[in-house]
Amino acid sequence: MDVTADEARSRPRGVQETQSRWAGLGSVMQYVLLLLTALVFIVPLFWMATASLKGLQEIYTFPPVWIPTQPKWENYPNAWNAAPFTRFYINTLITTFFGVGLEIVNAALTAYALVFLRFPGKNLIFIVLLAALMIPVQVTILPNYLTIAALGWLNTYQGIILPGASVAFTAFLLRQHFLTLPTALLEAARLEGAGHLQLLWRIVLPLSRPVLVTGILISVVAKWNDFLWPLIVTNRLNMRVLPIGLSYLFDREGNNQWGIIMAATIFVVMPIVILFIWAQRHIISGLIAGATKG
Amino acid sequence: MSVTAKRTARNGKAGIGGKGRLHPDHLIFLAFIAPNFLLLGLFTYWPMVYQSYLSLTRWDLISPIKQFVGLENYVVLFGGQEFQRVLFNTFYFTGTVLLGSIVLGLGLAVLLNQRLRGRNIVRSVVFAPVILSGAAIGLVWAYIFDPTYGLMRVVLGAIGLSSPSWLTDTKWAMPAIIIVYLWKNLGYAAIVYLAGLQNIPQDLYEAARVDGATPWQSFRNVTLPQLSPTTFFIVVTTILGSFQAFDIIAVMTKGGPVNATTTMVWYLYEEGFVAFRAGRAAAAAMILFVLMLAVTLVQVRYLQRRVHYS
Repeated sequence: MDVTADEARSRPRGVQETQSRWAGLGSVMQYVLLLLTALVFIVPLFWMATASLKGLQEIYTFPPVWIPTQPKWENYPNAWNAAPFTRFYINTLITTFFGVGLEIVNAALTAYALVFLRFPGKNLIFIVLLAALMIPVQVTILPNYLTIAALGWLNTYQGIILPGASVAFTAFLLRQHFLTLPTALLEAARLEGAGHLQLLWRIVLPLSRPVLVTGILISVVAKWNDFLWPLIVTNRLNMRVLPIGLSYLFDREGNNQWGIIMAATIFVVMPIVILFIWAQRHIISGLIAGATKG
Repeated sequence: MSVTAKRTARNGKAGIGGKGRLHPDHLIFLAFIAPNFLLLGLFTYWPMVYQSYLSLTRWDLISPIKQFVGLENYVVLFGGQEFQRVLFNTFYFTGTVLLGSIVLGLGLAVLLNQRLRGRNIVRSVVFAPVILSGAAIGLVWAYIFDPTYGLMRVVLGAIGLSSPSWLTDTKWAMPAIIIVYLWKNLGYAAIVYLAGLQNIPQDLYEAARVDGATPWQSFRNVTLPQLSPTTFFIVVTTILGSFQAFDIIAVMTKGGPVNATTTMVWYLYEEGFVAFRAGRAAAAAMILFVLMLAVTLVQVRYLQRRVHYS
């Protein structure tokens, strides 16, 4: 379609007269489609935001009220207190922070070893790492539950965090980048007596900042939203995380307090929305890295 | 010995560090990879070994005795109507999502690739749901699908249709889940396609124009073939992703009504952690694993071929 516009420009003049009318119509069509797309994606989010300020009588009315006449700000404190959300928030912050930290440290150490250190059969070790990419977490929940139970770690932070603390993809992403770094710099520092941890921390990681940021952001998003594993490995209310906490508010059969539920979803997604607005370029480039480099 | 020789031959960096048979690097290497591989071993590889065994037993997760039953779990699964329904649901879900991701994803990408005012904002808005919590998105859409007070009733009403009771109707629950999943993940396919479109060399379009190709012809004969690696990537990631769908289903329907939205992961969750049939759940997990492995292996073979020929 991009061709349409360009084509119109390069046509001989006589043809262009009739052509441009079509091109004009085409671009109107394109704007209509663009607007439609925007609506399809914005309206549900708008609906969520405005519903979070609706009282019951504005929820239970048809046709629906688009913008609440008397915004009910108390939906937010009410949602916060409808379930122990302070605790859910603290739990999610802890599991996300340590989960991401451990994942990145593990990945950086592994990638550094695979790229800069000598070891017989290093390629075999790399292949073993790659093989882990083929085993998705959903498939291992049952045996992992049994392992965590045997360790006595049900309803603990380490139980939620540790199985996700080694992610083969992150190590792979960092390795691919480390391979592009100039080794001369490292060798010079090595001759001056720097240890490998120093090299990693002082030279390799600072040179890898964009990839590192991308890896961290993807990991934050995944850990913040994680649902299945925390659901399985906890059953005490005070060890639940935010996404599971949300589902407590929804009653599949009953009359739902949609205003309060929407307020709760807002404060669950808000940190990620802010992160996205702040760093969307990094997030997007990381998520499609596999597509363009594969 | 030969390792040492090969090592020095391969990189002339032998000057760094000592030259003994046990290079100091070796210990550091092991120390660096140890935490990662310990975790991978414990929580990724060992589970698959243990699960293969569990899938051959009958066990309620509590009793000290795991009764060995051979392939019974697999026979029961494939022979029973319940699991056939689960397989059907999984393929119905995955197939529709796949078709939607490709057609709508490509359409969106082409649209967002035009020089239109505001396209950057629309790109962001289309992509945003990809990274938002599936549980939160599920709840928002549960409200939108409310048959009496929901937004969907307004939309359907505008074109003269009445709203089904989406989430409690066995016929409409799956389409509802598919709509939500597509809405949440479409941005990913669109952005990947967009990256693919931008990688197509412009001179191919020039050449097509010189040959007098219509826009549709150059789309069919230049864009589509040039995008085939991108399409392949999207096919693989969409299949793998939708095989793993869980949180939207968990929040919106819990696999119901009457199994209408029970897909593989929900089924193995329920068998294992609600019905306490560990053997059955393990067998279902192994089947899911094999399905996904097959898709991944096709991808690996494809990539190898591409590397060889390019």
